[in-house]
Amino acid sequence: VFDLSLTALAAQVFTGLVLGMIFVLLAIGLSLIFGLMTVVNFAHGSLYMLGAYFGFLLYALTKNFWLALVLAPLMVGTLGLLMERFLIRRLYGRSADDPLLLTFGLSLIMVEAARLIWGKIGLTFDPPRALGGAVNLGFMKFPAYRLFVIAITGLVLIALWVFLEKTNVGLIIRAGSRDPLMVRALGIDLSRIWLLVFGIGTGLAGLAGILAGPMRGVYAEMGVTMVIESFVVVVVGGMGSLVGAVVAGVLMGQVVGLTTFFAPKLAEIMVFVVMAVVLLVRPSGLFGEAGLLE
Amino acid sequence: MRSGAARGANWLAAHPVCSFFVFFAVFPFLLPYKALAAQVLIFGLFALGFNLLYGYTGLLSFGHAAYYGLGAYGTGIALAKLGVGSLWLGLGAGLLLASVGGTVIGFFCLQRRGIYFAMLTLAFAQLLYFIAFHLASWTGGDDGLRGIPQLTLGLLGVSVPLDTTLGFYYFCYALVGLAVAGLKRILDSPFGAVLQAIRENSDRAIACGYDVNRVKLLSFVFSALFTGLAGGLDALRLTVVPIESLYWTTSGQVVMMTLLGGAGTFFGPFVGAAMFLVLEDRLSVFTESWPLVIGAIFSLFVLFLPRGVWGALTGGWRRAPAAPRAT
Repeated sequence: VFDLSLTALAAQVFTGLVLGMIFVLLAIGLSLIFGLMTVVNFAHGSLYMLGAYFGFLLYALTKNFWLALVLAPLMVGTLGLLMERFLIRRLYGRSADDPLLLTFGLSLIMVEAARLIWGKIGLTFDPPRALGGAVNLGFMKFPAYRLFVIAITGLVLIALWVFLEKTNVGLIIRAGSRDPLMVRALGIDLSRIWLLVFGIGTGLAGLAGILAGPMRGVYAEMGVTMVIESFVVVVVGGMGSLVGAVVAGVLMGQVVGLTTFFAPKLAEIMVFVVMAVVLLVRPSGLFGEAGLLE
Repeated sequence: MRSGAARGANWLAAHPVCSFFVFFAVFPFLLPYKALAAQVLIFGLFALGFNLLYGYTGLLSFGHAAYYGLGAYGTGIALAKLGVGSLWLGLGAGLLLASVGGTVIGFFCLQRRGIYFAMLTLAFAQLLYFIAFHLASWTGGDDGLRGIPQLTLGLLGVSVPLDTTLGFYYFCYALVGLAVAGLKRILDSPFGAVLQAIRENSDRAIACGYDVNRVKLLSFVFSALFTGLAGGLDALRLTVVPIESLYWTTSGQVVMMTLLGGAGTFFGPFVGAAMFLVLEDRLSVFTESWPLVIGAIFSLFVLFLPRGVWGALTGGWRRAPAAPRAT
């Protein structure tokens, strides 16, 4: 009996890790966009939802999961680009609340449109056959698709790290989130960088959506609680800190996973309790700088 | 035409309490049906509470469902579960719960400023939602709290029945009117002036020697009280407290109402609540997707009419630009 529950616990830790990966992808996008543009993208959850729907439809259409996995985030990223270029850009220089309010309105439109187009009933999204089985890890069996989600997220994080740390554009992004005025004084057109970062951030939300689809189902409201929990992850990690987003994302995944195991009723609540404790002990989050953008 | 409307709006803005009592005395008769009138009053009060914090103190809360829900559940639980036989005690229980919640959550959220504050208020409201969801023996959980009795109102030995639409409307009219007078009193006091100073320039208010955090917390608690009263009244109106009272969509609704009407203006919240509810009422005849239309209208307002309808008429508060990072 003891061995059995230990295996169950290990499975839960892995499940928490997978959920943590989805949190990380969402929180990194939010944090990237916030760090550079001080825009809190409330529509992030709706874009996550659209990623899942686009992925589902593309997979059904082409029968090729890998193609869907590439195209769906690109489509969501393109939508993000359009949002930044034609709507959010008008609000730069106004109150920091305005982009939050606008993206709130946009997310309402997207959720309602999804309900109208694809119906109120959720869709079941089966993972591709190649990832359908379970993998024997020696001490337990774990669904191959979930291991795949962990691997993909790891790869994306490494690619993002290389992009931000080793390329010139990455250098401009980092400089731009530290001191935009100075970067522009050096003659760099930041508006194109904003566009790019908004595209990357929302594209990551789309990727999180298609990855989550086969595990959590596809429905119009799927992004609503996710975006709030991702906000919590960003706050815990420290606003604008990418390392913070990764650490806090994994941590929150474990918090949810382990509370689901020991006290299922408290699972949703614990996330907020952890946030309150972190805020009391370290008000700027685990990796945040005090006073940044308040 | 426009200047005439603006002049009229300005006169109303100069005599707000008087205007409130005159206009809302006849308000039910101006609507397509009378049941909408009490709803406008209650949501107007809800938006008024939100507006005290956002429009006058400059703190954007995305979690005002928390105090609305606490007011509703406090009133509902006192009347339905604890068998309190008096409306006044029921509403008092709601106010008490809302003010306690406002104090505790306000204390936490005011640790941070700006956009962090908005996200923290949202997170705490969701926390309350999940707690209420799981405390089904007190709150009814997913089904909502049912069985709130329709009591008659005992006042100075006279009992007034509240089971008619108009009877209940005028009961709300009196209480919301008192709240409006209370808000006017708060805004005209030195405390109200400090609130607006914080909104315009919080650092300067600190430099002037004001204990800004204490003032913000007080504003938060006052806001929670107005909001809690709205929640309590709505529990009486519906005789049910749906779990959605605490959900983030409720917080979003009050944000939209206030901005449509005009944040930082005295009557903006009522104008916005009326616009929102009449739109919802008319649109839902044609389509289930009315939130799509309201979401689009709201987005257009943020882009092109950030001061809202009443703000545009009376020259209300224009939100201060952000720090010069992303200009």
